[in-house]
Amino acid sequence: MMEIRRTIKYDADRVKGFGKEIMNVAGCDQLPSCIQCGTCSGTCPLSIYMDFSPRQIMALVRADFKNEVLRSNTIWLCASCYGCTVECPRQIRITDIMYALKQRAIHERVYPRHMPIPILAKEFAKMVASKGRITETLLVMQLFLRANWRAVLGSWRLGLGLITTGRFVLKPERIARRAELASMLATVNGNRKTP
Amino acid sequence: MNPSSTNGDGQLRIGFYICHCGHNIGSIVDCPAVAEYVSKLPGVAVSRDYKYMCSDPGQELIQQDIRDHRLNRVVVASCSPLLHEHTFRTAVERGGLNPFFFQMVNIREHDSWVHTNPAEATAKAKALAHAAVHRVRFHKPLQTTKVPIHPDVLVVGGGIAGIHAALTLGNAGKKVFLVEREPSIGGHMAKFDKTFPTLDCAACILTPKMSAVRSHENVTLWTYSEVVKVEGYVGNYLVTVRRKPRYVIEDLCVGCQECIKSCVYKEPKFADEFNVGLSKRKPIYIPFPQAVPQVVVIDPERCLKVKTGKCKQTCLEACADRKAIDFSQKEELVQIKVGNIIIATGFNLFDAKRIPQYGYGLYPNVVTSIELERLVTSSGPTGGEIILRNGQKPKTAGFILCVGSRDLKTNRWCSRTCCMHSMKLAQLFKEHTDADVTIFYMDIRAPGKGCEEFYDKSLREGIRFVRGRVAEVTDWALAPEEEGKLVIRVEDTLAGFVRRIPVDMIVLAVGMEPQADAQDVRRLFNMSCGSEGWFLEKHPKLAPVSTFTDGVFIAGCCQGPKDIPDSIAQAGAAAAEAMALIDKGCIELEPNTAYIAEEECSGCKSCIPLCPYTAISFDEAKKKAVLNEALCKGCGTCVASCPSGSIKQHLFEDEQIFSEIEGVLAY
Amino acid sequence: MKYSYFPGCSLKGLGRAYEESLLPVMKLLGIDLVELDDWNCCGATAYMSVDEGEACVLAARNLAIAEKTGPQDLLTPCSACYLVLNKAKHNVEDFPQIREGVHRALRAANLSYRGTTAVRHPLDVLYHDVGVEAIRQKVVRPLTGLKVAPYYGCQVVRPYATFDEAWNPMTMDRILAALGAEVVHYPLKTKCCGASLTGTVPEAGLRLSYILLKEAVRRGADVIATICPLCQFNLDAYHDQIVKRWGPARIATVYFTQLMGLAFGLDPRQLGLHRNFVPMKPLAAQPSEIRNPKSETQPNLEKV
Repeated sequence: MMEIRRTIKYDADRVKGFGKEIMNVAGCDQLPSCIQCGTCSGTCPLSIYMDFSPRQIMALVRADFKNEVLRSNTIWLCASCYGCTVECPRQIRITDIMYALKQRAIHERVYPRHMPIPILAKEFAKMVASKGRITETLLVMQLFLRANWRAVLGSWRLGLGLITTGRFVLKPERIARRAELASMLATVNGNRKTP
Repeated sequence: MNPSSTNGDGQLRIGFYICHCGHNIGSIVDCPAVAEYVSKLPGVAVSRDYKYMCSDPGQELIQQDIRDHRLNRVVVASCSPLLHEHTFRTAVERGGLNPFFFQMVNIREHDSWVHTNPAEATAKAKALAHAAVHRVRFHKPLQTTKVPIHPDVLVVGGGIAGIHAALTLGNAGKKVFLVEREPSIGGHMAKFDKTFPTLDCAACILTPKMSAVRSHENVTLWTYSEVVKVEGYVGNYLVTVRRKPRYVIEDLCVGCQECIKSCVYKEPKFADEFNVGLSKRKPIYIPFPQAVPQVVVIDPERCLKVKTGKCKQTCLEACADRKAIDFSQKEELVQIKVGNIIIATGFNLFDAKRIPQYGYGLYPNVVTSIELERLVTSSGPTGGEIILRNGQKPKTAGFILCVGSRDLKTNRWCSRTCCMHSMKLAQLFKEHTDADVTIFYMDIRAPGKGCEEFYDKSLREGIRFVRGRVAEVTDWALAPEEEGKLVIRVEDTLAGFVRRIPVDMIVLAVGMEPQADAQDVRRLFNMSCGSEGWFLEKHPKLAPVSTFTDGVFIAGCCQGPKDIPDSIAQAGAAAAEAMALIDKGCIELEPNTAYIAEEECSGCKSCIPLCPYTAISFDEAKKKAVLNEALCKGCGTCVASCPSGSIKQHLFEDEQIFSEIEGVLAY
Repeated sequence: MKYSYFPGCSLKGLGRAYEESLLPVMKLLGIDLVELDDWNCCGATAYMSVDEGEACVLAARNLAIAEKTGPQDLLTPCSACYLVLNKAKHNVEDFPQIREGVHRALRAANLSYRGTTAVRHPLDVLYHDVGVEAIRQKVVRPLTGLKVAPYYGCQVVRPYATFDEAWNPMTMDRILAALGAEVVHYPLKTKCCGASLTGTVPEAGLRLSYILLKEAVRRGADVIATICPLCQFNLDAYHDQIVKRWGPARIATVYFTQLMGLAFGLDPRQLGLHRNFVPMKPLAAQPSEIRNPKSETQPNLEKV
């Protein structure tokens, strides 16, 4: 049996106002000027791995297709290289739009399951909020535990290399005035643990 | 108040009209209420509101009321005076009243268009009307001065637009000076091989016009010359032209080129500007085979005799019989009197080095569109062969569109001609090499006559089109077929994936830009430039070839990017506008000029250096300042500066201004 | 010359060789670096993915502390920190809603911020404040014959290309040339290494690193000089995985400060060169003259 898929997007699939919401994020106000030239996708080194190319994401955001955008792997594959932002002839800050989408995906807990990147971001934020600095090796271990503990075994060579070259630092880095930092962060979203 | 201006009986009778301007004013300002308010002011004989005052019935209303009610002042509250002050003044005049007994109030741009609260907007309209009614009492009957128009015309720039303007005017019997700074006329069009969409040979259609200019009895052609000073005003310009020394006597040279053959430089050594650096020339040269005038020119920066004084001067020997070479030539400053000036100075091309992503200047086989024009032309540096730098024929080529255009980082605008220009070059490329050609575009703009069909012809000839703005051109290979080639990385947006396309040669469709010295040129001719640097037309829709300076017109690409038919159309339009002025014979100047009450002038000379139009001079005998009303533009600087108050300005007398202020404040 | 110094979390961890080489090199050049008091993590890309307001506050705390410390510039070697701190400066300046949030947070810590501290990269300081000539004077062991591929990565040149060009930066090229090294033409000098994707999505992230390594080998480079701790890690630590997936591309990646240290005569172990997974081949035994004469093989590098 030949597998076929029916793809049509109805107007009800749009989340009206989503495009406007993103355009109102600081720095993202140039999005209306997008002429879909494709320079962003042509420049992006990761676009060949993405569900939707950066250009397509811009079109989808403008057209209010929130669910398609937040569920794609595109926003997580963005490496923040800023190539798109620098090359865009309309000076749209595509990287900043990607960040805005990442924030919303995490906030609404909408992302592909077992995708390590949002988990890494959240663990990173948790460590910074509580200690003020990150200790990379500890962070990576946290990530493996939550995302894919089997991968720990696969990375034994890397771990050994880090130990022999003295780059495997286990002593946790922390700042002295942790309470000060906590009170500062609390002024933004109130006293809560980052998600 | 001048009793003679109140129709003999000393009674002020003001007619006030407020225009609804459709919804423009009427939807915010309560016009009937304003008319009602004004009708009760002292001196107002008639106060009306009407839908469209500028229309025929509206103007008729004014004329009828002047006759019926013996009005001696008229005030209209409507749009900007820039639009209709002239209309209403003419209506007042037709009604039998001096047109300067009229005052206009702007309650559109200054009121209804900038306010949203109807009550406040109406109050403002009343205040402004009150002020105008106050002011108009002090208006005086003025006469316009008529200034004669000199029949000769100066055309600056010898490209296709300048050539066409000069020929049109010359054929109409007007005497034309055509000044071109390069040694030959022809402009950019002389560099093209074929023109779109007909694929006519550019030289074949251009050179007859160039010859016609050369031999026309009414056209004085000055090449290798530049305008350095412009004085005067419409109808009466005094222009100083610098004629640069060619070191060759134009009338004696027949273009045999023996001198070039005999030059001490045995091999050409210097970048040839006409072939955009693709070939070399000697210090003594003719720009291109069809140059007009067909006269040799000597480059003072390169010629040994001119630079160092030490040379065998073999060129002199070669021209022994005609003696056309003359190293004693000096630059000449010539003054001419003209009535009108047409600027047709053309455009510059975007420097592709500003976009390093495309590799121009780094990879030898990345060329610009104009470089390809020269390669494709049979009289070009490669005899019409399109070859790579290593001499081989390209098997694949990529055309990148919008280089420098439509990009906030470089030039914001669309250069209008490059889509068609690139498709033309692509067709010629395929014709000459049978290569596989791909055009990379964001949009294909082909709006002119025959142009959409040209696009179709390109498609049918097998030229590939990929919709995607090229991200980069690179020489590092990721696949075996990319070795040794230039690789274009682009998102093929229509197909929906990113592609890497290896090609032998890349052609960059560089956009048009204003000339590098556009700001200097516009200052010279007292013009403005738009925000993008192109010369500013009086109105983008209704007056594309006029400028805000009377008697100065613009034509061709100096006004904005356009193709040859549009340049020629504008050149004809500018010639027609100039002809209209010349044939009318005179121009009426607005009497908003300053004037000096001689007996009050103390001779302090404060005003003289302040005048931007050098309209004030000093009479040494009388020890008084003297004002030339024909040069005065009514800027008011001298009026404000005069310590004794002896300089006043028509239409802006002190009592007029103060009464207007009082009128607003008293509301 | 005195600067505040913002190491960032990485330079205390995986990227410690960067700090180990940066500090002695700067000291030799007469630059006094004082580590910023109680600096916190800048947030990098990860925190910005979680919450914009909090991320700006993180960065602003460092800027406020720097401002409080004194008028001197803040030297920031890590590319991500450099970007984040500069971005925070711009954000606070350009966007009132961010400015308000940041000031509110700073008040909670009795800190203030006026935006007066400049955040600068070591390349900027070395090229513009110290100067290529002064660097050349300090060279005792010229890197003659060493072919170096200059790799800048992304976040120092994009989006804020303040001290160098975005597409073809040349400051490191010129510094390396002053050390006597032969700078290889490396068109991928600003291409992305894969960032954190090398660990999380290896088939995508590692491939980007692989392309960089492969092209450097193809261009004949002996070593890649980098300015970012994450780039150094990506290009250095994953060779076994890269070989397994795509094939060999073995070349050492070091920090440009380590090369500077070698040229200044410092000991390789002191510079942290032993921390490489792929070790750099030791330089030839005999050093040439004390002062590096201008070699004929220098490419003609115009001024920035």
